[in-house]
Amino acid sequence: MDQGVNLMERILLLIHPEADGSLPKSALEALGAAAALSKEASRSVWLSERATGGGFVATCGAQRFLGVVGEQFAQARYASDAAAAEALIKTSQATVVLAPATSRWSRVLAGVAQRVGGRIDTHVTALEAEEGRLCATRWYYRQRMFARITRGHRPWMLTLEPGIAPPWQGAAGSAQVENVAVALPDAMRRTTVSGVQAPAADQQTIRPDADLLFVAGAGWTKNQKDGKSHVDEAAKLILGFLRASKASLGSSKSLVDLAGEGQAVLPFMSHLNQVGQTGATPRHPKGLSTCCHGEEPHVVGWRFISERRAVNLDPNCGWAQGKADVLYVADAFEVMAKVNERL
Amino acid sequence: MPHVFHVVVCGGIVPDPLQSLEPVAGAAGPSLKNEMMLPAVLDPWAAHALYEAAHLVKAHPGSRLWLVSLGPKAKLQQVMMTVAQKVPFELIALDGPAGGFTEACEVAEALANAILGIAGLDRGKLLLFGGWESASRGAGATLAMVGERLGILDQFQGVDQLTVNADGSLTVLERIEGGQHQVSTAAGAPAVLGWATGHLPEPPNSPAVGMQNMRAIMPALGKAQPFRPAGEGLRFLSVELPRQRRETRIVRDLSAEQIADELVAWIKG
Ligand SMILES: Cc1cc2nc3c(=O)[nH]c(=O)nc-3n(C[C@H](O)[C@H](O)[C@H](O)COP(=O)(O)OP(=O)(O)OC[C@H]3O[C@@H](n4cnc5c(N)ncnc54)[C@H](O)[C@@H]3O)c2cc1C
Repeated sequence: MDQGVNLMERILLLIHPEADGSLPKSALEALGAAAALSKEASRSVWLSERATGGGFVATCGAQRFLGVVGEQFAQARYASDAAAAEALIKTSQATVVLAPATSRWSRVLAGVAQRVGGRIDTHVTALEAEEGRLCATRWYYRQRMFARITRGHRPWMLTLEPGIAPPWQGAAGSAQVENVAVALPDAMRRTTVSGVQAPAADQQTIRPDADLLFVAGAGWTKNQKDGKSHVDEAAKLILGFLRASKASLGSSKSLVDLAGEGQAVLPFMSHLNQVGQTGATPRHPKGLSTCCHGEEPHVVGWRFISERRAVNLDPNCGWAQGKADVLYVADAFEVMAKVNERL
Repeated sequence: MPHVFHVVVCGGIVPDPLQSLEPVAGAAGPSLKNEMMLPAVLDPWAAHALYEAAHLVKAHPGSRLWLVSLGPKAKLQQVMMTVAQKVPFELIALDGPAGGFTEACEVAEALANAILGIAGLDRGKLLLFGGWESASRGAGATLAMVGERLGILDQFQGVDQLTVNADGSLTVLERIEGGQHQVSTAAGAPAVLGWATGHLPEPPNSPAVGMQNMRAIMPALGKAQPFRPAGEGLRFLSVELPRQRRETRIVRDLSAEQIADELVAWIKG
C-alpha cells in the first residue's frame, strides 16, 4: 500500500459527474484539496467516477481509479448512491473519504458513514495535515463560530465546501477505471428521480457563480415617505438591477415570509432566496443589501461574503454595527433607480 | 384508499437565534458560555418538519405523530410550553446535552433506540421527519444515520414539499444547487425526510392544543431516558469566534446620484 509522506492515510475521493457528463467545479476543488494534502502522496488519492470515464482527472496522480457505472446509478437517488459509495469505500479500504458537498453527496454520505462504521464531518471549509494528522475546520451554530477538529476514528468521511481549494487543473488523459459491481435489489429501487423543477431561465434569480449577491429586505414592501407601499416599482427596480448586473438575488426572512401571510409580495422571491440562520449561506465576493435591517439571524448567512455594502434609511440598522464595510443612509428606491440608469 | 402514516419528527432545541453565542472550553470538550441560561427554541428546520407532519397527519385520518427530542430536561420542558401550543403530538424525550459539539453518530444511536421503543409504532407506516440541518451542529448527518439504523433506504434531504399520491406513493421536492428542486417519487412509507422550509407558515398558538399536549408531555419528560455522549475519537483543537466587527463607513450626506456612482464603480471594480 502506498502511504502518504506526511499523512498515513488511504484517501478516497468520491466524485460524480453532472447530468450532462461534466464534472462540477466543486469536484475539481475537492480534488485540489486532496492533492494538496499529500503532494507526493497524491499517488494514494483514489478516485471514483460513476457513469463516465476517468478521462477528466486521469492525470491527477491517483493510484487507482474506481468506478460504479450503470444507468441505475445515473439518478441522484439515496439508495443507489449510498450503495455505490459503500462499495467504493469497502473496495478501496479507505481510511479517509473526501467528497465535494454537492446536494447529491450531502444526501447520502452521513448514512453511508453509519453503514461502514465511520464518522462524518460535513461543510468542511479547510483541511490540513499537521504533524502527520489530518485536521479539518468547520463552522458551528450556523456560521457563528468555527472549530478545528481531528479524529482518531476511521474511516473518517468529510464533505468539502465549495472554494476549499483552487480547482485541480491538469491535462485530460485516459484512465484505467476499475469497475466496482454493485447489486441493486428491488428494495433499493423504490424511489425514482423524475427530474428537476427550475424557474424559467429568465426568472432564475439564484446564481451561485455570480460575483455579487444582491439582498432585498422587507423594507421594499413597507410604506414609504408618501405613506404608501410601492411593491410594483420595487419589483421593477430589483429585476432591472438583476438583469443588468447578473447578480444573484437573496432575501431576508421577513420578506419571503410575507407571502405565507398573504401580504403584497415580490412574485419572483421564494424561501430558496432566503439568506441567514434558516436560509442559505451563499458564497460571493461581494454583497449589496437593500431595505434589509441587518439583524444577526440574517447576517450569519453573509459569513462567506467578503465585501459588504448596504443601503438603508436607518443609520442605526444592524449593518452600521460593524456588519458592513459601507452603509449608505439613503432611500433604496432612489439609489437603485440611479444605479440601474448607470449599468 | 386512505393512507395511514406514523410520523416521527426528530427535533432538538437550540439557542434563540437572537442571542450572542460564545464558546468555552471544558474538560469534556467545548460548550457555550452560560449554555443553560440561554433561552432556547425548537430547532427551526425541525419546527418546519413538525408543522408539515401535523398537516399530513390531519389530512390522513388514523395517522399518528410523535416528536422525539433530546435536550436537558429542564430546557426541554421550557421549550415544550410553547411548542405544545402549535400542533398536537406525542412527546418522546431524551435527557442529555443539546449542544452542537456532541457527536452526531452517538445522538443518532440514542434517537434510533428511542424510536424503536415507541409503543404502537408501525415501522411499515413510518415517515421519519426532521430538519435537514440543525442550527447547532449544522451537519445534516443525524437524521440520515437514524434512518440507516432503522433500515430505511428511501431518504430525502432539503425537502420543501411532500405530496401523497392516490396510490400511497410519495412525491418529494428536495433542494439542490442553484435554486432548483429535484423531483422524486418513492413507492411509499417508510421514508426519511429532512425538511427545509416547506410551505406552511408557523401555526398560531392554541392554548387548547397546548393544554391537551401538556397532559402527556409532563409524564413523557418524567420518563426521559438519560443520554451521555462519549465523544469517542473526536478532538476539538480550537473553537473560536470569527473576527466580528468591520469598520463600517457610514455615509449620510451623499445624493442618490453620488451613491449610485460609488456603487457602480464598486460593482464593476
Ligand atoms: C428562528 C429565527 C430564524 C431566523 N432566520 C432568519 C434568516 O434565515 N434570514 C433572515 O433574514 N432573517 C431571519 N430571522 C429574522 C430576523 O431576526 C429579522 O427579523 C429579519 O431578518 C428582518 O428582515 P428585514 O431586515 O428584511 O425586515 P425589517 O426588520 O422589517 O427591516 C426593514 C428595513 O428596511 C429599511 N427600509 C425601509 N424602507 C427603505 C427604503 N426606502 N430605503 C432603504 N431602506 C428602507 C428599514 O429601515 C429597515 O431597516 C430569523 C428569526 C428567528 C427568530
